[in-house]
Amino acid sequence: MLDSALEILRLQSTGEASAVDVTKKVFESIESSESSINAFTHVDRDGALATAEAIDKKRRAGEPLGPLAGVPVAAKDVLCTRDMPTTCSSNMLRHFRPPYDATVIEKLRQADAVIVGKTNMDEFAMGASTETSAFGVTRNPWDTSRTPGGSSGGAVACVAAGNVPLSLGSDTGGSIRQPSGFCGVTGLKPTYGRVSRYGLIAFASSLDQIGPIGWSVPDVALLLQAISGFEPRDSTSLDREVPDYTSALQTSDLRGLRIGVLRDALDTDGIDDQVRTAVLDAMQVFKSAGAELVDVNLPHSEYWVPTYYVIAPSEASSNLSRYDGAHYGHRATEIDPAQVEQLGPLHATYCQSRGEGFGAEVKRRIMVGTYALSEGYADQYYNQALKARRLIKGDYDTAFTQADLLLGPVSPTPAFPLGEKVDDPIQMYLCDLFTVGANLAGIPAISLPAGLNSEGLPLAIQLQAPALQETRLLFAGAAYQTTTDHHQRRPNL
Amino acid sequence: MSIDGYPTETIIGLEVHVQLKTNTKLFCGCSTQFGAPANTQVCPVCLGLPGALPVMNEAAIDLAIRAGLALDCSIPPLTKWDRKQYFYPDLPKGYQISQFDLPICADGFIEIDNPDAPEQTRRIDILRAHLEEDAGKSMHDEATGRSESRIDLNRCGTPLLEIVSQPDMRSSTEAKLYLTELKLRMTHLGISDCEMQEGSLRVDANVNLHIDVDGKKVATPIVEIKNMNSFRAVERAIDYEVDRQYDEWEETGKTIQDMPKRTFGWDDSKERTFKQREKEESADYRYFPDPDLLPIRVPVERIDQARNGLGEMPAAIRTRLQGQYDIKPYDANVIVNQGRELIDYYEVVANNSGDGKRSSSWIQQDVLRTMNDRQCSVSDFPISAEKLGELLKQVSAGSLDNTRARDVFAHLLDKDCTVEEAIEALGIVSVDGNELESLCQELLQTNPSVVEDYQGGKKQAIGSLIGQAKKKNPNANPQQVRETLLRILDSM
Repeated sequence: MLDSALEILRLQSTGEASAVDVTKKVFESIESSESSINAFTHVDRDGALATAEAIDKKRRAGEPLGPLAGVPVAAKDVLCTRDMPTTCSSNMLRHFRPPYDATVIEKLRQADAVIVGKTNMDEFAMGASTETSAFGVTRNPWDTSRTPGGSSGGAVACVAAGNVPLSLGSDTGGSIRQPSGFCGVTGLKPTYGRVSRYGLIAFASSLDQIGPIGWSVPDVALLLQAISGFEPRDSTSLDREVPDYTSALQTSDLRGLRIGVLRDALDTDGIDDQVRTAVLDAMQVFKSAGAELVDVNLPHSEYWVPTYYVIAPSEASSNLSRYDGAHYGHRATEIDPAQVEQLGPLHATYCQSRGEGFGAEVKRRIMVGTYALSEGYADQYYNQALKARRLIKGDYDTAFTQADLLLGPVSPTPAFPLGEKVDDPIQMYLCDLFTVGANLAGIPAISLPAGLNSEGLPLAIQLQAPALQETRLLFAGAAYQTTTDHHQRRPNL
Repeated sequence: MSIDGYPTETIIGLEVHVQLKTNTKLFCGCSTQFGAPANTQVCPVCLGLPGALPVMNEAAIDLAIRAGLALDCSIPPLTKWDRKQYFYPDLPKGYQISQFDLPICADGFIEIDNPDAPEQTRRIDILRAHLEEDAGKSMHDEATGRSESRIDLNRCGTPLLEIVSQPDMRSSTEAKLYLTELKLRMTHLGISDCEMQEGSLRVDANVNLHIDVDGKKVATPIVEIKNMNSFRAVERAIDYEVDRQYDEWEETGKTIQDMPKRTFGWDDSKERTFKQREKEESADYRYFPDPDLLPIRVPVERIDQARNGLGEMPAAIRTRLQGQYDIKPYDANVIVNQGRELIDYYEVVANNSGDGKRSSSWIQQDVLRTMNDRQCSVSDFPISAEKLGELLKQVSAGSLDNTRARDVFAHLLDKDCTVEEAIEALGIVSVDGNELESLCQELLQTNPSVVEDYQGGKKQAIGSLIGQAKKKNPNANPQQVRETLLRILDSM
């Protein structure tokens, strides 16, 4: 039951289950899996039950209900919630409670969703394994010795573990799609500007986007519908009408659709054979559904990761300046007198507070970003990266004249063992090899489960579409899931 | 100029921050009202809370365009926001949203009177004017010795326009003239209140000297002076700094090549500048485009609309008033410098009274003095321009003398009535010819010594009779009394 939002809606509408029943089941499920998975930084049993009761009452009174009435949803701990801590899985914000809700949280509440808790993540969303969290690693429900991916590791793992049918993640360089791929669920990164970023704690503002995670495309479409739309509080939000994402998803007919296969990605050094095979198999699925397959290249794709790892840390170094211990967040209490002597009391407090509050990966990126923006280096790094970004966008524009959608892998490998890359930032960054392009270009992309490998680990494919063509992703994704059952595979917990 | 040694030239450039008169802050809906209790005009956006995002205030853009046009700047078609990064407790985001390479206004100028050559002007070029958000206010309580600091973030996010001049001013007098004209234009157009005491106008002066050492030019290190809270302080700080730099150069021989720019504060009570901090070789603010805000396109139509809304500029009004009302440049200047409201007031008074000169002198003396005494502005001044015009018309016509007119003026200040009613209430009636004639006859008869003196050649002796006439009949017009007395005396 907890693996389908649509099913939960149906059960409530027929009276077979109440929102309270569903919510209780959620917490039973969390209780049984959390010790092995650690998907949550905070659960709000009382708040969730109160919400569920209010929804049941409304239903009994015949009052109108929102489109997610009684559906349990978890939110990545990067989204501000006024009734729960919002930590970004960082010691810096360990005790931070925002005085306001993120727009997506407001929208969830308006849709009568039941927000059950906040999910673990890489600290400030910087990482691809959820190992940089200050609250311990999250484990992959398919194999608890492995990572669920990251940075939205908790948001994906709580869906994969059967705790909730839906969750919200954020995707700056693949942080929804890569963990979705590692955990065999469906995750969508919308077009930049489709979903308001207001209340999303910024990592890299020009790349961050909030998106839905669930088992199936129709469920993901339901959540996307609830959170999309223009909002004046986010200047980068797009003032464009939101189409109906939830209709026309019952098809397996893809005639007339041109799918571009990213051949270069499949030929990349170091790509896992079974990952490649999953994409090749998907090509056959799409072909039999009537789609036309063409080969497409994105010539500057070798510059994606270097470009991304200049722009994202640059913006991050600026966005994270506010965590200085002066107004909120962690402030060092015992200031080293030697530091005071050298830097003065103010800067010593800054340095020590930031030194204690941030983890190693966050510090690494702040340093890289600060360097890339420094006078004398900005032209060589930051400004150069902006130029590369324009070329990368241009590649996509060209590719989308040849194809309606692009098909390729999500990550070079399936979920890797915990600890394997945590001390090797470069290897960790290469997890983003196929995902950062969509962020740099601001286009939507979806990760779809594509079966299990020989070790029983999920495989995945990625579809990318032109800006604001989420409908196309959902349509093709639904068709894929109509003819395959990969999204129905569940881990044995 | 020469300071007891080699000839020197003073080089001054000014950075002026004016707070734009918007109701709300630059990137959020918080009020910009001055003087509210600390930290009451704040929200997640101006507090820089995690996840909050800025949204640009269009009214600030319009005011900045208006300011740019008033300073003869060009308004480029594209402008954008950049982050200027530094750590300070009154800057909660750790960066200030400002404009780096594409400011909203560029390449303007202000013409000032040349202090050394009357009738000539000097052109002070303006490099740029850009928008930025203000920081909060830190209050350091050093008295307790516990180095405790308090921060008020009400001001955080208030829109500022930073107007950067070229180093074109050559004396503190020129700096003051530039500031006076700049302030006039900003207040005249409703762009800013420009109250230095409230911080809605702030001046940083960059000063150094070019010393002519036997034909070779030597430049002293540049000093940026801050914390000046009046134009007078700006003048004095520059003058002090000029002397100090010359002395320092004589003592150390250090030139601009030997020392980076330094920041000095101005101590108004001690009347001296003091070193605040050594500016690093070049502070690295790591500017980059703010990804939370979109670049701003400024279409020609928007600029045209702003230009059409500017109306007459102060310099043009000065010239017009001189011609139209036959007043002196000095008087026109005083009126125009008081701002738009007083100009309008003056014009109504002048038109209604038909006497521009008298209107100008009454406004400069009686009206401005009363406004100052009562701490009120033109808009809440109790006597309307129409009423004052009516009053002065009677003075010009001779039916009221200045003393009686002042009585009427004083009456009107406190009573809401017409000029006629005031005259009636004060018992002012015009004295007819016969009455005046007999009054004068009587005075001459009772003061034979005056008649004697007058006939003996002391013409001014009749002054005392005019005073007596006024006592006997307060309505007697002194001018008419004098004329009547003279006529009788001359026919004796």
